[in-house]
Amino acid sequence: MATQTQSRRNPMEPVPYRIEQVIEEVPDCFTLTFDFGDAPFLFAPGQFNMLYVFGHGEVPISMSGDPQSAKNLVHTIRNVGSVTAALQKLKAGDMVGIRGPFGSCWPLEQTKGKDVLIMAGGLGLAPLRPALYHILANRHDYGTITLLYGTRTPNMVLYPQELQDWGKKMDVMLTVDSAGQDWKGHVGVVTDLLNGITIDQQNTTALLCGPEIMMRFCAQALQDEGLSPSQIYVSMERNMKCALGLCGRCQYGPHFICKDGPVFSFDQVKRLFKVREV
Amino acid sequence: MVKIKNIKDLLAETPFFEDMEDNLELLSGCGTLVRFNEGEFLLKEGEKANSFYLIRKGNVSIESHIPGGTLSVSKVGAQGIVGYSWLFSPYRNQFDSRATSNVEAIKLDGKCLRSKAQEDHELGYQLMKRFAELMLQRMQSTRRQMLDIYGESGQAA
Repeated sequence: MATQTQSRRNPMEPVPYRIEQVIEEVPDCFTLTFDFGDAPFLFAPGQFNMLYVFGHGEVPISMSGDPQSAKNLVHTIRNVGSVTAALQKLKAGDMVGIRGPFGSCWPLEQTKGKDVLIMAGGLGLAPLRPALYHILANRHDYGTITLLYGTRTPNMVLYPQELQDWGKKMDVMLTVDSAGQDWKGHVGVVTDLLNGITIDQQNTTALLCGPEIMMRFCAQALQDEGLSPSQIYVSMERNMKCALGLCGRCQYGPHFICKDGPVFSFDQVKRLFKVREV
Repeated sequence: MVKIKNIKDLLAETPFFEDMEDNLELLSGCGTLVRFNEGEFLLKEGEKANSFYLIRKGNVSIESHIPGGTLSVSKVGAQGIVGYSWLFSPYRNQFDSRATSNVEAIKLDGKCLRSKAQEDHELGYQLMKRFAELMLQRMQSTRRQMLDIYGESGQAA
């Protein structure tokens, strides 16, 4: 899906890009928009880039921009370690090395004509945002679109303005683990929200992204609702290094997350979800 | 002409009381239709638990007050049940239940039902079975909340 310019590059060589904008999202979570010129950075929703902070190291981060937009080289990042902490200290104008895009994507072509149920937890909404942009830009290609999104607390809800906008075009349901009196939404885990919707068992594809434990509970709940594992897609996360399936760092059973994933059909990885310490 | 439904009809429409047709007359004898405005309490923490609510319309927050404010730990919407403490000694509410919108509900007299269940063990079994299922669902949800399933992940592809 890369442009000719993108595809000519050595995939091991980071290309420096300038940060155009930094947005503080929720505590310890921020979005970087890079200057890629006038042409869009071509990628498929679900793919990721390797972001290299010079002098610190490299981390895999999902694309979270609009695939169709010119300003789409966008990454939403949580500060969870030394490299992401270094990323958080950068300002507009600073340079970051980028390799990518890498990996598999959400099955948006195969899903045409079907209902799409999206379940996201915490920062897991970021890798799904490009898929939502694509679906909403091609709304007539899909049936009912539902987003069920859970976070710890109301102040951890990512992209609140966009969620409000999306709610005018599709079903958006939010839940938090706990909240104060001013919260009007649901309180409880994201799987609770399934009680409030009707799922067409034969004609629904579910896209899940969030911590593995959340996806495990969601996948189980969806199977209890009658979906088969082949109708459920998950985005897996491991410590990726080369992003090309060479180093083996992100091996997950017979798969390399960087090359075969990060997006897998649940029937590909269902067995591995039950294996501890994988 | 619009037929006004009585409590028995309303209970019959509720999934919670599905397959309890033989007991609906008796159950409805313990029920009253109630309304709450947004902000009003259905149940209050620490008070005697002698009733529960079947929510027909609106939302109810299950919450507790903490230093500096109030913390909601769960929400119950239409067709949901608010209140289990009426079933078990010492029959005392453990949390506040507050309407977060205008609420219409059927209030069921727990004291009345406890005595009827004591006389009719089949009724008692049917009620216990339903409340046990409900409490299992809530317990599993609570455990998932405790697991903090949205933790530090979901970013690196």
